[in-house]
Amino acid sequence: MDLFVIPLLKILIVLNATLVGVTYMVLLERKVIAWAQSRLGPMRVGPYGILQPIADAVKLMLKEDITPARADRWVFTAAPIIAMVPALIVYAVIPFGDKATLFGREITLYITDINVGLLYIVSVASVGVYGIILAGYASNSKYPLLASLRASAQLISYEVAVTLTLVSVILVAGSLSMVQIVRAQESAGWWFVFVQPLAFAIFFIGGLAETNRAPFDMPEAEQELTGGFHTEYSGMRFALFFLAEYANMIVVSSVATTLFLGGWLRPFPGVSALSFLDIIPGWTWFLVKSFVFLYIFIWVRATLPRYRYDQLMRIGWKVLIPLAIVNLVVTGIIKVMLL
Amino acid sequence: MITPTHYMLLSAALFIIGVIGVMVRRNIIIIFMSIELILNAVNINLVAFSAQLHNAVGQVFAIFVIAVAAAEAAVGLGIILAFYRNKETVNIDEMNLMRW
Amino acid sequence: MGEAIAFYTLSFFILVFAVLVVTTKDTVHSVLFLVLDFLFVAALYALLGAPFLAAIQVLVYAGGIVVLYLFVVMLVNLKRPPEAHEDPHRRTRFGYALSVAVLVELGVVAAYSHAIPAPVLAGARSVIPVSGNTEEVGWLLYTSYLIPFEIASMLLLVAMIGAIVLAKREL
Repeated sequence: MDLFVIPLLKILIVLNATLVGVTYMVLLERKVIAWAQSRLGPMRVGPYGILQPIADAVKLMLKEDITPARADRWVFTAAPIIAMVPALIVYAVIPFGDKATLFGREITLYITDINVGLLYIVSVASVGVYGIILAGYASNSKYPLLASLRASAQLISYEVAVTLTLVSVILVAGSLSMVQIVRAQESAGWWFVFVQPLAFAIFFIGGLAETNRAPFDMPEAEQELTGGFHTEYSGMRFALFFLAEYANMIVVSSVATTLFLGGWLRPFPGVSALSFLDIIPGWTWFLVKSFVFLYIFIWVRATLPRYRYDQLMRIGWKVLIPLAIVNLVVTGIIKVMLL
Repeated sequence: MITPTHYMLLSAALFIIGVIGVMVRRNIIIIFMSIELILNAVNINLVAFSAQLHNAVGQVFAIFVIAVAAAEAAVGLGIILAFYRNKETVNIDEMNLMRW
Repeated sequence: MGEAIAFYTLSFFILVFAVLVVTTKDTVHSVLFLVLDFLFVAALYALLGAPFLAAIQVLVYAGGIVVLYLFVVMLVNLKRPPEAHEDPHRRTRFGYALSVAVLVELGVVAAYSHAIPAPVLAGARSVIPVSGNTEEVGWLLYTSYLIPFEIASMLLLVAMIGAIVLAKREL
């Protein structure tokens, strides 16, 4: 019972919550960008446009599924799946909270806690690049191929900077396990964003680039590349790419929350004067912090103009990676001096 | 009971498949990928013995093998690209500029 | 029991995908089978109690090296099939026969050594003051095997410079 049923229930709850959340992210993005541009966004479908994602989902499911003439059929079908699966399986190691007591049992609010959790997240993210490369290749058409090569080059470049910042966090926390990193923040009394501010900034900018979000969304910029690597996709397959992008956004927000903002901890967990905030359960703090990150993602998209591709690669290789290496070296030196 | 001998047989089979790939195929990229299969066979052997002897040295050497494989893949693919730019082929039977 | 099922399933898939890598005509499909092969090998490492190495295998091999292969395959996308030119000196069937012979020989050696129980190696078990697989590998890498570690990092630096120089259009 404990070995199979409870994890299975947790997986079901997390997956369903993710998919619903991803669908409503679309609505949130349209609304927030609309408000930033002094208009109202979707208002017709349901009160204040609440039912818009359902209308979108029904529309995309009913659209015709077109496969280009000489496209590689197996790879063409597999590419959206390969793009979506890594975004979903990362949730296995993200801790939403500490223990909770339900029906007399004490269950942990994370699906599992492997002792190489952070490395698992990075390796799964590096497999997620395949969805983009294969989508462009399988479409057998010039614009998607160029766009996919550009997008995957961008992804693997920013992966290096992001991984280096994660190594700094691991140095400070002393463990690769996600739950242990949150516990380290609890025992240190400070969120790691105060201990490693530069790593946090680099992680966030790298996360923007990893999920192909503005201002780094040149590979899917409609004006330049007619839709990028998902040009030839229609119907549910296109929806999968779209949802995979938003799922990746939620993953980056969750990982940033866990690593830098204390996961399920309340603000300033070491200051006992603020312990009246403990009545708010841990998973609520987690959701609020992740939501703040998601809002910042959308806010940045509404505000900043797009980087050109060579500027984008220059930032990734010549600015972020040296800064991440310097951060790592300084962290290592301070850690050795304090021991 | 899975003994290290089982892992050795798996490793030997993977090795031989890699060697067949190197010998039989003419596309040089497939030959490179068969070399990666050979390196993976060696890694499986190392890690299996590391698990039997409860000593992590096997895994340390497997990490070195992976690092060397990465370096070799980068340089090898650079050579392939440079050659392709000159001769427009990836068939090793046609890469015979140095033959008499 | 569970370990046996896992081992036989994983090794079946590893060997099947390896054969598919070597025999597929389309190069892109061959690369994709290679990725799947590496993912199953990573699962085998996790079965063997090496989770750090499994994650490194996925991160470096499946997520880095094979992406590089995929890039090169797409850049070298040829119009005519590359298997067109056949070297008359090539002896393919002899190569197959030799490989099968070597495999049988390796199998015989393995079965022979399996029948003889191995002597217990007294000093094999490591004495390292940390627990946990990642910590153990890290301890070994930074104390006993520090020099090979530094040489490996220099090798990677040289390979990086070499790859950049080789792939440039003009120096």
